[in-house]
Amino acid sequence: MIRFVAGRVVLLFPTLVGMSILIFLMVRLLPGDVVDVMFAGDVAATAAAKVAIRRALGLAAPLPVQYFDFVTGAVTGRLGASLTSGESVSQILGRAVPITVELAVLATMIATTVGIPLGVVSSLRRNTAFDLAAHIGGLIGLSLPNFWFATLALLMTSVFFHWIPPVTWISPGRDPLGNLSQLILPATAIAVYLMATVMRMTRTSMLEVLRQDYVRTAHAKGARPGRVLFHHALRNSLIPVVTVIGFQIGGLMGGAAVVEIIFGLPGMGYTLVEGIYNRDYPVIQAAALLLAAVFVVLNLIVDLLYAVVDPRIGVA
Amino acid sequence: MMVVLVKARDGPVSAVARPWRVLELARLRHHLIGVLGMTIIAATVGTAVFGPRAWRVGYADEVAHRLLGPSAVHPLGTDTLGRDELSRVIHGAQVSLQVGIIAVLIALALGTVIGVLTGFYRRGLDAVLMRVVDIMFAFPGLVLAVLIAGLLGPSRTNAMIAIGIVYAPAFARVVRGSTLSILGLPFVEAARSLGARDWWIIRRHILPNILAPLIVLTTLYLSTAILAEAALSFLGLGTQPPEPSWGSMLEASRAHMQQAPWLAISPGLAIMIVVLGFNFLGDGLRDVLDPQLRDA
Repeated sequence: MIRFVAGRVVLLFPTLVGMSILIFLMVRLLPGDVVDVMFAGDVAATAAAKVAIRRALGLAAPLPVQYFDFVTGAVTGRLGASLTSGESVSQILGRAVPITVELAVLATMIATTVGIPLGVVSSLRRNTAFDLAAHIGGLIGLSLPNFWFATLALLMTSVFFHWIPPVTWISPGRDPLGNLSQLILPATAIAVYLMATVMRMTRTSMLEVLRQDYVRTAHAKGARPGRVLFHHALRNSLIPVVTVIGFQIGGLMGGAAVVEIIFGLPGMGYTLVEGIYNRDYPVIQAAALLLAAVFVVLNLIVDLLYAVVDPRIGVA
Repeated sequence: MMVVLVKARDGPVSAVARPWRVLELARLRHHLIGVLGMTIIAATVGTAVFGPRAWRVGYADEVAHRLLGPSAVHPLGTDTLGRDELSRVIHGAQVSLQVGIIAVLIALALGTVIGVLTGFYRRGLDAVLMRVVDIMFAFPGLVLAVLIAGLLGPSRTNAMIAIGIVYAPAFARVVRGSTLSILGLPFVEAARSLGARDWWIIRRHILPNILAPLIVLTTLYLSTAILAEAALSFLGLGTQPPEPSWGSMLEASRAHMQQAPWLAISPGLAIMIVVLGFNFLGDGLRDVLDPQLRDA
């Protein structure tokens, strides 16, 4: 098991290096230079002033040198300062990461606790009205834009309950209940898509497993239906469900980015988009790399969960 | 769709070439959800094409009429500049479909070229291109789209390019997988032994046979691309005002949520219905074209 985990962790590095190169090149090579943007509309700007600024920002060095600086900065946590606020980038991101991670984890919990039971019931009542309703409901879930859901949720709570979630971030360490009440709406908005995916996958996978010989054998030897369902069928059918959750974490984080903005939560997506509005390059590349890294790490966790759900994978 | 059917009939349908499942498209008419999806999409296309002619209330600024509630003159009310919301929603259908279709065509073209080439010529090219694809795949899609669209500069064209690039790896993977499985089939070997050139094999044997998975994928990604365009416009990185786009209309509605809540309903509902149409159709196509999944 330790070897399995270690192997997976080692595999992270090439992916992270690839991602850092991609982000680095995108920020550098796409049209629109930060210095030009800074001087936009400023007729008095001389070429010399631009060169000086470029040098100060470290943009005058050859690309490999700049990349080396970027990577050493990322590894040591010295990522420079925001061009707009002057605050250190690692400080901004240090605040942002817990918010996004908590949102993603909460959303996954909501999605699985609702999606898996619905999928199981749907598979057991195959081709009934419930199944059709779940099928259509699932497709609606896949089609519901999370930013619309979030907007409507805010509208509903403010109109009917005269309540809007607090706009300043409440840390779970200080006030766990306040934190939960603040995050429950955004997390639900992000969870809807995943919930629908999980439900559909659970249904498919349960139908597949329920047909298997060993399930019939279990029934034949007189095991109680509940035991066959939970012990024999569900556990095996969860393997593809875990895979799908892994695939969907990216969608979850994209959703988090949009929903964070609606709810004014200063998470990583919020930071990235704000950086883009301000053309704040140090913030953009650090936030993008970190988002990608968190995504890869969450995927790794799903991979390891895999081995928990299916012991055969860990041994192999 | 007709073009595809005619093309399929012209081709040689032998026992080996069973992947010609495109022929079975006609069975879609028996699929309840698939038919529902086609109806929704037809209605959306109809709205985009004929809507502006049928609903002649313009969407010019009329500040005197700002934030009016739904009425006979303005069934969906008016927005903060007094523009008729219904006619903006109708124009939004054009934007949404245009961006969705062009973005997916970009992804389809890029993905098919990369997928066929890497599948066909393994070794060097395969290793390099597929690593890039893997790394792009390892990014959260919308985050990558936000990054590309943001760096290129906010505009509708750049949103299309960003969405197209982000979804190309998904197409490349599926095309590469299908190409590999077809290359192993006896008719490819037969063609090779008759001295067929690579390009001929790709055109005659590979491209027609990967059509079925590509059709399903294209339909499913159309819905994703429309959602992505709406999200980018919502973030201010897609279609720019004053041009109406459902995403930016939704974003604009947030400032007046208390006085004019109806403005938050119609654009979101429009996005959901169109995406639902493509998802319904995608489910139907998958059931018809991919019998292995039919029970699922």
